[in-house]
Amino acid sequence: MARKVSTRRKLAFTAAAWAVALIIFFPVLWTILTSFKTEASAVASPPEFLGADWTLENYVEVWGRSDYPRFFWNSVVISVGSTLLGLLIAIPAAWSMAFVPGKRTKDLLMWMLSTKMMPAAAVLIPMYLLFQWTGLFDTRIGLVLALMLMNLPVIVWMLYTYFKEIPGEILEAARMDGANLRNEIIYVLTPMAIPGIASTMLLNIILAWNEAFWTITLTTVDAAPLSAFIASFSAPQGLFYAKLSAASTMAIAPILILGWFSQKQLVRGLTFGAVK
Amino acid sequence: MATQSSRAAARLMVAPSVIVLFIWMIVPLAMTIWFSFRIYRLLSPDRTGWAGFRNYAWFFNSPDFWLAISNTLLLVGGVLVITIVLGVLIALLIDQPVWGQGPLRILVISPFFVMPPVAASIWENLFLHPQNGLFAAAAIGVGAQPILFMESYPMASVILIVSWEWLPFATLILLTALQSLSSEQLEAAEMDGASAVNRFRYIVLPHLIRAITVVVLIQTIFLLGIFGEIFTTTQGGPGSASTTLPYMIYKQAVIAKDIGRAAAGGIIAVILANIVAYFLMRSMGKHLDA
Repeated sequence: MARKVSTRRKLAFTAAAWAVALIIFFPVLWTILTSFKTEASAVASPPEFLGADWTLENYVEVWGRSDYPRFFWNSVVISVGSTLLGLLIAIPAAWSMAFVPGKRTKDLLMWMLSTKMMPAAAVLIPMYLLFQWTGLFDTRIGLVLALMLMNLPVIVWMLYTYFKEIPGEILEAARMDGANLRNEIIYVLTPMAIPGIASTMLLNIILAWNEAFWTITLTTVDAAPLSAFIASFSAPQGLFYAKLSAASTMAIAPILILGWFSQKQLVRGLTFGAVK
Repeated sequence: MATQSSRAAARLMVAPSVIVLFIWMIVPLAMTIWFSFRIYRLLSPDRTGWAGFRNYAWFFNSPDFWLAISNTLLLVGGVLVITIVLGVLIALLIDQPVWGQGPLRILVISPFFVMPPVAASIWENLFLHPQNGLFAAAAIGVGAQPILFMESYPMASVILIVSWEWLPFATLILLTALQSLSSEQLEAAEMDGASAVNRFRYIVLPHLIRAITVVVLIQTIFLLGIFGEIFTTTQGGPGSASTTLPYMIYKQAVIAKDIGRAAAGGIIAVILANIVAYFLMRSMGKHLDA
């Protein structure tokens, strides 16, 4: 960007861009602010910004009224577990598709993505029955399997696009220098693949954390994650806004923070390698 | 470098993914097809037997069905148009030389990390609620009547919420694409006297086609199955005004407890998704190098 821009022009663009970004972010900000207000202050008309009654009591009450740590732990186990299991199955597949592509590789990738087009609601009853019959209903392992399968196409595709960028010549060079297959994998390929695997992992943890169909329909108590926690809070009437906001903040904060730290890698991965 | 044995090894490495995905797809699908031809009501478990095509006929004859189809397409189409148009505009704005591009990106991506039930309930309660919502307060502030969003404009409200959730995705992918556009080309066009509109039309937009393709493909996959936002906010109502096909199936299964009909609806939804997928993959496949 070698274009010369006057300071005034830059100032105008900066102001406009920040205004737009703040509008997009505002619902999140407003929820966080509301979570620290008293119920009366939360629904005050006109809305209170700086002069509100600030308090922590909503968090205390939400914490005391529901078993947040259990929901949180379930979310962690399900999202991390399904992602790791998915990587275990997807890495070899993406690897061979990238380095030993066949005539059908592209069709296979498209087919995988198309399995995601089946609306979840369409297969709710069979899935419910299968989970009941196999004893997987309301278990964490059941949800780990379901979400792993749901996100597997995305994992394979993302890894594939990352792996494809690793130049094949580097392998030949290593081989010339006398590296065997094992050394090739440990010293050459792994270090080059780690960033791609890491960003795939992050994105899929986020997708699994935010999944709210199977996690609600296939659980009751034992395995219910934060999506179910928040669903139990979403019938508020009257003086309930601040607590709803506190519960919402508690449900989204972990992933919001994780996402902020990794946004660059996430966006790149999400483009499926089609946008540089 | 691909020898016979390495090809065999490659196939072996792909196999687990393909097999588990195939099972995950085919078993529920086969069961759904089976149920769709059966009489299977949880409220009258004694009545069983074959239903022929009656479950399907019920769907096609239901006045809600065509409404649900058009709502589904309206939701997908509406969100795609809004997120792509706004996404292009916002990406162009952020791509200008501005201070604090990093923090800006963080603010813009945030809605993407909010889980759907949370997004739906904060919009419904904190913003769109006719008494306590912020929009109602704004309306009262200027002396207008608060709008009953969920009652009067249920589909528009759902589209608003879902668009907010997906706008970051579209914006950031388009921004990534914009940043790879060479500035020399734009400068040359500018020197040759091309107007801003023409520069956008003939240089920027063609450059963005791949990115737009990706946005359409990925979002459609997720949008066809939208459920949580409707479940949390309008429950498909008032009446059936905001019932989409997935939600109509859900109502048959969980509220009417008619598994046969729900299954028939499921098969119709799968066929519809496949039709959309076919056109999508055909027109988009060539833009993605795989």
